[in-house]
Amino acid sequence: MKMLRMLGRSIRDAFKSVFRNFSLSLASISCITITLIIVAISIMASYNVSNFTEEIEKDLTIVAFVENSATKEEIENIKNELKNISNINQKEIKYESKSQVKQEMQTQSEIFNTVMEGWDEEDNPLKDTFQIKVKNAEEISKTAKQIEKIEKIAIVRYGEGMVDKLITAFDSIKKVTYGTVIALILVTIFLIINTIKLTIYSRKREISIMRLVGASNFTIKTPFIIEGMFLGLLGSLIPIGMIIFGYPALYDRMNGYVFTPLVNLISPTPFVYTVSLMIMIIGIIVGMIGSSSAVRKYLKV
Amino acid sequence: MDIIRLKNVKKQYKNGTTAIYDLSLNIEKGSFVFIIGGSGSGKSTLMKMLYREEKPTKGQIIVGGLNVAKLRNSKVYKLRRKLGIVFQDYRLLPKQTVYENVAFAMEVIGATKQETRVKVLKALEIVGLKNKVHSYPDQLSGGEQQRVAIARAIVNNPKMLLCDEPTGNLDPEMSIEIMKIIEKINKDWGTTVLVVTHDKEIVNKMKKQVITLKEGRLVNNKAKGTYDNENA
Ligand SMILES: Nc1ncnc2c1ncn2[C@@H]1O[C@H](COP(=O)(O)OP(=O)(O)OP(=O)(O)O)[C@@H](O)[C@H]1O
Ligand SMILES: [Mg+2]
Repeated sequence: MKMLRMLGRSIRDAFKSVFRNFSLSLASISCITITLIIVAISIMASYNVSNFTEEIEKDLTIVAFVENSATKEEIENIKNELKNISNINQKEIKYESKSQVKQEMQTQSEIFNTVMEGWDEEDNPLKDTFQIKVKNAEEISKTAKQIEKIEKIAIVRYGEGMVDKLITAFDSIKKVTYGTVIALILVTIFLIINTIKLTIYSRKREISIMRLVGASNFTIKTPFIIEGMFLGLLGSLIPIGMIIFGYPALYDRMNGYVFTPLVNLISPTPFVYTVSLMIMIIGIIVGMIGSSSAVRKYLKV
Repeated sequence: MDIIRLKNVKKQYKNGTTAIYDLSLNIEKGSFVFIIGGSGSGKSTLMKMLYREEKPTKGQIIVGGLNVAKLRNSKVYKLRRKLGIVFQDYRLLPKQTVYENVAFAMEVIGATKQETRVKVLKALEIVGLKNKVHSYPDQLSGGEQQRVAIARAIVNNPKMLLCDEPTGNLDPEMSIEIMKIIEKINKDWGTTVLVVTHDKEIVNKMKKQVITLKEGRLVNNKAKGTYDNENA
């Protein structure tokens, strides 16, 4: 009960303080706002990127061609060896003999059909194939090399360049955004520290009287810490508005995909609410970090 | 019973100035004590050590059962709640009314609104300011401001009242008013009172215990003392 009363007092004090030094508070709030907008964009972009890399990865296939001289036992051997490679999804090893490949190609195209019609089993220049899916797309090239070493495997093919490049591109984009976000958060924290420092200075007299009449450290410090959290909360309002109204608008405008229907955007509900909550929490935490370091530094009790 | 006990207390400030040399002193519960002495004799330093604004360099200080020298910073509030402290410069909050200034001391220790109200009005009645609850400090005379400060100091019914030159800024008539209020608190509530003062007339008139410091040393401790010019 007493605790609750004291907390109520702290919140009231923090609230008053934000408006008493409004121009200063506004500077901090704007900085938090800008930071959180960028953080929000990064979060939404990186969620979408991991969403579609996952989709691409799911479709990623290695094709291994078997030498024509391979016997039935040797093919069985290859299959067993493939199962032993840890990055290969055991359930997704598909074998097709060259006649099956021929049939498949014939159904796909009229031209293939006429050309291939004349081939019998001996003439068929195609090769038996294994179609393999991997668990982790980032290690696909390593896995491909392992497969190449298996006896009687002629050639190994996968979406080499494209996939690798895509993954490294996303990776470097991520790193740059993380760097920017961290730098922005540091600047924000620095500004909050300064805001709270000035509040502490402007209330020096009050603080010294509080100490004199027996207020505990907790009572003295809490309003300032809450003030920082409050600044963070206020700073998150505009970014949250932008998320909740902006993302669905963008989504509708792009019809839910980027460039091709293969690359889907995450649908807005409940995604925007999750991100909004994250942004609010980040704002409050950043505010709290700023105000607690200011209190630790400038409010010696 | 002694409510304050000092044993071989020495205080040397960081810059090397020694303000108190080897002071031993006991003060009985419920007493009214004047602390006198010339400028720089260590009176304020002694008071500051009692309410733990300063730590002694050496020796032991017990105030209301708390070992003040060993008290951690985070526990100082426990000591302060046993004390009421009054200064020469009142130390009021200028933007708050008389009522709010006194209530402040209750609020920050977590008292309820009703409890605060009852006690604040009682304290203001004791100092004779019940008709000024809504005034701001700058609308009051010096004596009235000091009475607000006293009300704030006693609103929690502290065991001890420490006053460092409470009448230092006031004219003789006002000073007598203030001392009467402090004396009344001492008599009615049994609050132990320590008053640092330079006011010769008041000390001589009130015939209380007088402790005299000189250059950081205790030179006199008399039950019904007077202001002795030779020692001061
Ligand atoms: N914070 C401080 N740092 C260094 N020296 C100090 C400090 N405070 C007081 N002193 C020194 O300690 C000595 C005692 O000071 P103190 O304030 O206790 O005297 P006082 O008896 O209260 O004097 P006055 O009657 O003028 O108020 C003085 O020499 C003073 O200069
Ligand atoms: Mg002094």
